[in-house]
Amino acid sequence: MLRIAKLPIAVFALAIMVFPWTAHRIPAIEHYPDIMVFAGIYCLITMGLSLLMGYAGQISIGHAAFFGIGAYISAILTTNYGMNPWACMVIGMAVTAVVAVLVGAPSLKLRGHYLAMATLAFGIIIFIIFNEEIEWTGGPDGMSGIPGLTLFGFEFNSVERYYYLVWGFVIAAFIFTVNVIQSGTGRALRAIHASEPAARAMGVDVSRFKILVFVYSAVLASLAGSLYAHYLNFVNPATFDLFFSIKLLIMIALGGMHNIWGAIVGTGLITFLSNEWLHYFEEFEVIVYGAILLFVTVLLPEGLAGVPGIVKGWFRR
Amino acid sequence: MSAGMEENVLELQGVVMTFGGLMALSNLNFNVRRGMIKAIIGPNGAGKTTLFNVITGSFPPTKGTVKFKGQPIQHLKAHKIADRGISRTFQTVELFGNMTVLENVMLGCYTRIRTSFMASGFVLPRSRRKEKRIKESALKILKFIGLIHKFKDSADSLPLGEQKLLEIGRALASEPELICLDEPAAGLNETETHVASSLIRAINAKGITVLLVEHDMKVVMNISDEILVLNYGQKIAEGPPQNIRNSPRVIEAYLGAGEV
Amino acid sequence: MEKITLASQLLQYLITGLTVGSVYAMVAVGFNIIYNVTEIINFAQGEFVMLGGLIMVFMNVAMGLPLILAFPATIILVTLVGILMDRLAIRPIRRPSVLTLIIATIAVSILIKGTASFIWGKDPFDLPAFSGRNPITFLGAVVQPQYFWVMGFLIVTAVALSVFFDRTIIGKAMSACADNPDAASLVGINVKQMILLSFALSAAIGAVAGITVTPISLMEYDRGAMLAVKGFGAAILGGLGSFPGAILGGLIMGSIESFGAGLISSGYKDAFALIVLLVILFFKPSGLLGSIEISRIKRF
Repeated sequence: MLRIAKLPIAVFALAIMVFPWTAHRIPAIEHYPDIMVFAGIYCLITMGLSLLMGYAGQISIGHAAFFGIGAYISAILTTNYGMNPWACMVIGMAVTAVVAVLVGAPSLKLRGHYLAMATLAFGIIIFIIFNEEIEWTGGPDGMSGIPGLTLFGFEFNSVERYYYLVWGFVIAAFIFTVNVIQSGTGRALRAIHASEPAARAMGVDVSRFKILVFVYSAVLASLAGSLYAHYLNFVNPATFDLFFSIKLLIMIALGGMHNIWGAIVGTGLITFLSNEWLHYFEEFEVIVYGAILLFVTVLLPEGLAGVPGIVKGWFRR
Repeated sequence: MSAGMEENVLELQGVVMTFGGLMALSNLNFNVRRGMIKAIIGPNGAGKTTLFNVITGSFPPTKGTVKFKGQPIQHLKAHKIADRGISRTFQTVELFGNMTVLENVMLGCYTRIRTSFMASGFVLPRSRRKEKRIKESALKILKFIGLIHKFKDSADSLPLGEQKLLEIGRALASEPELICLDEPAAGLNETETHVASSLIRAINAKGITVLLVEHDMKVVMNISDEILVLNYGQKIAEGPPQNIRNSPRVIEAYLGAGEV
Repeated sequence: MEKITLASQLLQYLITGLTVGSVYAMVAVGFNIIYNVTEIINFAQGEFVMLGGLIMVFMNVAMGLPLILAFPATIILVTLVGILMDRLAIRPIRRPSVLTLIIATIAVSILIKGTASFIWGKDPFDLPAFSGRNPITFLGAVVQPQYFWVMGFLIVTAVALSVFFDRTIIGKAMSACADNPDAASLVGINVKQMILLSFALSAAIGAVAGITVTPISLMEYDRGAMLAVKGFGAAILGGLGSFPGAILGGLIMGSIESFGAGLISSGYKDAFALIVLLVILFFKPSGLLGSIEISRIKRF
């Protein structure tokens, strides 16, 4: 589980780079790069969440809020005040970090169900704010006319260009996260997950770590939100509801909570399910998600990442 | 003795611990001199693990002071106490089952060598060097405790005897001045007990003060310089092994347990 | 026409608050029943309320069954859902950890919600009030008779539960399980059955809440989540595990929400209960009637 080798990352990065070129040549999947943009944006969120849940052992059912804060700060500052989108992205991440500390510090002292409920309540409160502060956010109708992203004159105004931008961020964040996991800091995180009393006895400031990982995951979600806003050029509160927070949970559970690759795979699958495969079965969408989550929880607790282990177990018998 | 080397590594004064209506520790006073091996014994429920928890910072005492090297530590959190130089093992082995044997000991080095989150993420050369030093220290310790051949194994896969050794090794990695061992021989057979006892003596020979809780009287009598007897949270006897062996109060406390 | 004085306005808010609070109280009681026996917080608790309302609509409106038949029929059906939940989602989990159980109950809640949206669609549904809609004037406040039905059923539920837990053998067995499952199974109590019963009972109480409140505030497929969170807030406010606490917590929560919506901002109505929940979790997780030791000793 832990020896995350460099080779698969390189192969993966290559596959990502080549994908749009391939998709262009197959009419049936020509629109897939667009879906992949969303998958990439969601991966930024789920990578951080995976670190929080799978490695530090904490739960958050309110991460849609951080996604939304990043999106709305970028939207408001660029559309209404004409500020530079990149600067706004950083501002969004900074604001999110502060909010995460304010919410995280008291919440992470709680355990289990209390923590889940606290994050859930926080997520809903932010959602209500997005809906009610119409002067700032445009209310339930949302905000449109959000400018796109430009860098030194180069406009990210096509699906392909935005695809490379988003996945560039994803791969960078992935490598950063993997480095953390394989370092002494990652060891401390895994220690916290295995035994908090023993971690404390070995000098690990467990509370500080939990907040640190929480903030990291929130900041990534904020970045994802900003990228989302500049891609769609439109945001509305419905995107950042409780159900989205639960969807993030499903992505991680499906892929495998204790495996950073799991986050990527699970996110990809659910995104395609959501944007493509279930397109014609909208009434079933929620039922399918519930069924997937239940199935994984009861029968596949390690998610898809646990499948190789299960198969190995069959062969040993 | 060099300057700054206190006679008493650990001092407990008037320590009381109550949980709701239950008094687990009652007006406890004792010292642990530098370089000694001191054992705490007593019937089940006497308060031994509670005592350890108070000393190592799991929770503060209801009353009283705990001084380490002359400085009060009773209000400090567990991780800060670990930073100061006290290490511990647990009654039921608390290894990090999701890591290898080597990684468990490497985590033990955490108080001595740390990298920041950002430095870890960007893999700066300084953090690479630190990681190398941590690995080397951990391997040395594994050699010392005799588990070097299993460094790649998952900590969960070890038999109990080796798990206990590993936990001690992990506690050594932080270069403690005082190591608190909670029932190091519990659940071990004769050979494993012998290995554990030798290890404890070897640790002490390096100058580390040892405080241990133990039920196995052979071990206690064999390796301790001094024994403290607890019953119902109170000290009922304290002294070298032969005094304790002959103490009528101690025999009475254990009557029926047939352990002495 | 009577002048609407501040006093009668406040009374109006109070009565609305107590009514809404009765629903929260019933959800909170449902939480406590399951929590006491299993230490699980059932995120799907609110869905039982939703199902109670919508199934009653089906029985009473679509099928035309009279109230006296539709009421128990609905409760039985929702209870069955509760039983299914225990059998299919909780019991089969091989290595139950806090995280796994949380996710399992969340999974069930969205499964139920999805099924409801599939069957009934996304529109809200109405139920005829039990005793008509002629408003009753009470000290200057204008109140629907259904409000009193809701509060009345809370009282009936509370009395029935206390009789059940204190006077019947099964009830006492459940209490024993809550106190000490190991000891309980040693004396021959089938703990697994008690868990099943706790889910069944919670579902039934949730259904009662849903049936009685739908004539006032309608019912739609996605009402469950909000009810669950607020009901949990009520349970925590009163002290998790305490039944009088749940009732007190629910009524207080409802009143805070009602006064907040009336006096401060109606758009932020839902936020008030949530803010109360956060404040309690952060500052006094043991709640009003709970004790700190109990909240420390319980698994979380």
